[in-house]
Amino acid sequence: MENVNKLSVSGLDFSYGDKKILQDLSFDVKAGEFVSILGPSGCGKSTLLNILAGILKVERGEVCIEGQKVEGVNPHFAYMPQNDLLLPWKTILDNVCLYSEIHGNKKEVKALAAEQMKRFGLEGYENSFPSELSGGMRQRAAFLRTTLCDADIYLLDEPFGALDVITRNDLQDWLVKLCRDLNKTILLVTHDTDEAIYLSDRILILGRPGEGIRQEIRIEEKDRSREWLYDQGKLRGEIYNIIKQKASL
Amino acid sequence: MEKKKKIAPFVVIILCLILWELVVRIGQIPIYVLPAPTKIIASLVTDFSNYMSHSLVTVFEALVGMLIAFLLAIALGILMDAIPIVRESIYPILVVSQTVPVIVLSPILIIYLGFGYAPKILTVVLMCFFPIVVNFSDGLSVIDEGYKNLIMTYGGSKWQLYKIAKIPSAMISLMSGLKVAATYSISGAVVGEWIASQQGLGYYLIRAKNNYAMDKVFGCVLMIILLSLLMNALVSAFGWMATPGKRIKK
Repeated sequence: MENVNKLSVSGLDFSYGDKKILQDLSFDVKAGEFVSILGPSGCGKSTLLNILAGILKVERGEVCIEGQKVEGVNPHFAYMPQNDLLLPWKTILDNVCLYSEIHGNKKEVKALAAEQMKRFGLEGYENSFPSELSGGMRQRAAFLRTTLCDADIYLLDEPFGALDVITRNDLQDWLVKLCRDLNKTILLVTHDTDEAIYLSDRILILGRPGEGIRQEIRIEEKDRSREWLYDQGKLRGEIYNIIKQKASL
Repeated sequence: MEKKKKIAPFVVIILCLILWELVVRIGQIPIYVLPAPTKIIASLVTDFSNYMSHSLVTVFEALVGMLIAFLLAIALGILMDAIPIVRESIYPILVVSQTVPVIVLSPILIIYLGFGYAPKILTVVLMCFFPIVVNFSDGLSVIDEGYKNLIMTYGGSKWQLYKIAKIPSAMISLMSGLKVAATYSISGAVVGEWIASQQGLGYYLIRAKNNYAMDKVFGCVLMIILLSLLMNALVSAFGWMATPGKRIKK
């Protein structure tokens, strides 16, 4: 299963008006792989996730899941945007069950969600409203909502981007442990080089708009820790130089 | 400090009433010109059953009119939001329609609908519909695109988008419209009763005025104010129940 291409993106083209954002973009993601997409602002990272989630339509190219072409909104992807987008009038438990509410099986999923609350650090907050939770807790709730979608690929669009450094680090530590158990294919868009190194099996670095993937970096270390991350100065510098080179071209 | 701020308006009202009472008593102003506040209260006590029976009629007309206006506004608000051409063609007409004073329409409504409840209820509908529909429709249109995208990527239908996100997020705007409409509703019913009616506060007010019973005229005005506040409180209670997330302090 490890060597099967879960997701294949080939020859994607996308423009906003006359501005080319993605041109002939191609890459593959294996089942269970955690892939981060790094790159300068405006290079099309979030656009790519929006295309995969079905929010935007491509001009050319195709997206395949296990070899089968998919188009528009499809149940293979669970999308988590930067803002938690928790509905302020719903309790946390109702919020995390949003997908099941839409698909008419809320009752069964609610029981599962209630069990998962502890694992996501939300125990005791089932009946709280989003405004009663901290930023980090809200992001965890949004991530639990994503995991309760009946999807096998998670699309995470800078999920911790709006948080302070300490909360962000805590959530990264939490996510790195959780991902081992989840065994899901994850595509993460981030600006944060450390986040990409710490969480990913592979990093795809996008260049300027329309340029595609400049470089791919594989992270072999399986036993990740903060100490290990602090020692990755060389890798960090390498990634920084690739992004900087791309931005200044 | 907070307590003082809350008490301040009541202190001003009480001072004004004392001043009013003193002016009437010292100036010996006759009751058919200006009744003293104590005379108005006395008329409310002695004539309580009359006030109550007429008030019930007015409240009935106001509530039914509000309910019809509310249902129509919800339906049209969703329609205008879902189909842009409907909004573009109806919204300007709605705005222009507000330049027509409802009091001018009342005699016409009586010609078409008779002397029963219908013209009074329709007057209330005409006065209440606009603030509800405009606020609700604006509330529906300002939802964060992110919620729309999230529900869309979860496979939600257009109706589910309204049910789960758009309508609840428009509740605050809807409540603003309903609060304005609630204060209009009693006035609308009273305006309808002025023209041709045999019951209701508007009818009682005109009858009292014709008899120069100014204490009862002011009594009716006081009842109209109290009932308008009651309608407002009812809407606030409805708003409190309908927006659970907003009850929580950040």
